[in-house]
Amino acid sequence: MSWFSLSRFFAVLRKEFIQMRRDRVTFAMMIGLPIVQLMLFGFAINSDPRHLPTLVEINDDGPLVRAVLAGMATSDYFDFIGTVHGPAAGDDALRRGTASFVVVIPADFERDVMRGRHPDLLIAADAADPAAVGGAAAALGGIVSVASAQTLTGPLASLAGSPAPFGIIVHRQYNPEGRTSTNIVPGLLAIILSMTMVMITAVAIVKERERGTMEMLISTPVKPLEVMLGKILPYVLVGYVQTTVFLLAAFVVFGVPFEGSFLAFFIGFNLFILGNLALGFLISTLARSQMQAMQLSFFTILPSILLSGFMFPFAGMPGWAQTLGSAVPATHFIRLVRKVMLKGADSADVAGQFGALAAIMVVFAVLAMLRYRQTLD
Amino acid sequence: MSEAAVIDVQGLTKTFGSKLVVDHFDIVVPRGAIYGFLGPNGSGKTTTIRMLCGLLEPDAGAGTCLGFDVRRQAGEIKKQVGYMTQKFSLYEDLSIRENLDFVAQMYGVKNRKDRVRTALLDLGLADRAGQLAGTLSGGWKQRLALAACLIHDPQLLLLDEPTAGVDPKARRDFWDEIRRLSKAGVTVLVSTHYMDEAVQCDFITYIAYGKKLIDGPAAEIATMVGLTTWRAEGPDLAALEAELGGQAGVAQIARFGSTLHVSGTDATALETTVRRLEASGQHVWSLQPAGLEEAFIYLMAGAQDNFARDVP
Repeated sequence: MSWFSLSRFFAVLRKEFIQMRRDRVTFAMMIGLPIVQLMLFGFAINSDPRHLPTLVEINDDGPLVRAVLAGMATSDYFDFIGTVHGPAAGDDALRRGTASFVVVIPADFERDVMRGRHPDLLIAADAADPAAVGGAAAALGGIVSVASAQTLTGPLASLAGSPAPFGIIVHRQYNPEGRTSTNIVPGLLAIILSMTMVMITAVAIVKERERGTMEMLISTPVKPLEVMLGKILPYVLVGYVQTTVFLLAAFVVFGVPFEGSFLAFFIGFNLFILGNLALGFLISTLARSQMQAMQLSFFTILPSILLSGFMFPFAGMPGWAQTLGSAVPATHFIRLVRKVMLKGADSADVAGQFGALAAIMVVFAVLAMLRYRQTLD
Repeated sequence: MSEAAVIDVQGLTKTFGSKLVVDHFDIVVPRGAIYGFLGPNGSGKTTTIRMLCGLLEPDAGAGTCLGFDVRRQAGEIKKQVGYMTQKFSLYEDLSIRENLDFVAQMYGVKNRKDRVRTALLDLGLADRAGQLAGTLSGGWKQRLALAACLIHDPQLLLLDEPTAGVDPKARRDFWDEIRRLSKAGVTVLVSTHYMDEAVQCDFITYIAYGKKLIDGPAAEIATMVGLTTWRAEGPDLAALEAELGGQAGVAQIARFGSTLHVSGTDATALETTVRRLEASGQHVWSLQPAGLEEAFIYLMAGAQDNFARDVP
């Protein structure tokens, strides 16, 4: 068989396996990626999140109210975290993201039910991420009919039938139409910035080492900080351009509003970019080739997509995954962007995100500095 | 040590992982000298040069380079050293002028624009200054690299196999330049594999498997090794080579074109052997002046291969 030599074919095959084994990073990626994905998709991601933080504004009390609230609490969907007084406090909690729902029991609710006046139970939902609250909102109907059937017994049993003796009005705030694009587009900014910032920085630095120009560079009296800043700053500008283009496109093409403070956005966005650049620099100290730098960058971007609340609701993840997700800068940036763009937040509202982004950036930067060597060792 | 020494280091040692790459290396380079750094591939020449200019931190050893401590004052040393890497290490995607300008800025060269213009003129590349460095041929890349490492008028040049892969004409021009610089007071440490370059040096050190085997004035090295070499001319040298193997006084046999060089340290024993073979009348024998190449091959054969053993 002259057209196909088995021994040549096996020689190529064998050589490929040898090279695969020698390239540790690639090998680790091949084994590690599927495991990470399996864990994330299998355990962490839940597109029908439960245990959403819920506040109650109680203006009436009685057996029916208690039954409805108990039904909500036992449904897994709602975790009651407290009570509020007055509509302002509830709105504030929704805007700051401390609560996903505020249940408002109107005054004289019980009496109006008994009299057959068909009052409304008001539920304000943070619909910035429609997927996060959709399941819970849909489950409300069932919870309410069970609660009323349990409470309205005896002479009141006639009220318990359908239609329900009271209505439920779910008020979707911040994204009244429940459009996915409104939520996805701001989140996408975080992902795009992560991808380009981390990857470009890592590759740009590793390239110097791979091509040998780093040896020339560090044989001159140049200082590490000069190299670091000089190499990073151009990509900060790239990030600025990307973001400007992105925001314009989001507004013009998708009609995503920008409700909040530009200053808050600007501060958060710079912290986020710097954090990503520091991560890119850190990766460049670990990778030996541009290919490895690409792979490692991609590896760090996975959690930004899967654990940050970008693709899947953050509240739907188990505790450990939420902890993991909190270490990802994109998580905080996505929250910040959604709050500022959709909920009209200002700097004070997103101070927590500023803090988290700054802390993550400092950690990455310190690690990168510690690992960076101005020698070839 | 001496006041005039530009490089004066003792006991320089470097290991990578479990590999001992440079083993207690001493070197003293007088000011203005051309110092040849010879040794087989992988003998630790590049590692030593990198330690001298602060790119690698020695595991042990101490000394000075241009009067600065090699361990603690790398920053000061870098300012006055021009280092030419073995592999072309300028930016291939920058133009010739941009590369020179960049390097000049790294060293904080005064009157940078003028200095770069002069360098371009000296190079003979003034009309091609906008060409990308990556598109230059090997010889031109080498000249550009030399120009770049001279741009800040260094006192010491560290050249790591600067002429590897360069044609003979370019090599000769390069050495003319090196001698000119040396006359102007620049000290040059240059590693090479070429014997014709080695003989142009004032001093030579020969290193193998990380250990220094010999050093001294280039003209005396061959004599210092103490090798006597006879040259044989005639038919069927392969048979002669086989016959010579293991004979008294024969330490090394090497083919040089159509001649055979037979060397040994025991001149009397070697001569006895040669005279006996000469009697057969088949070959013409003559005594060779002491040569560097035979000396190095001889030294190399006796050196211990450090890379075959792990560091305890």
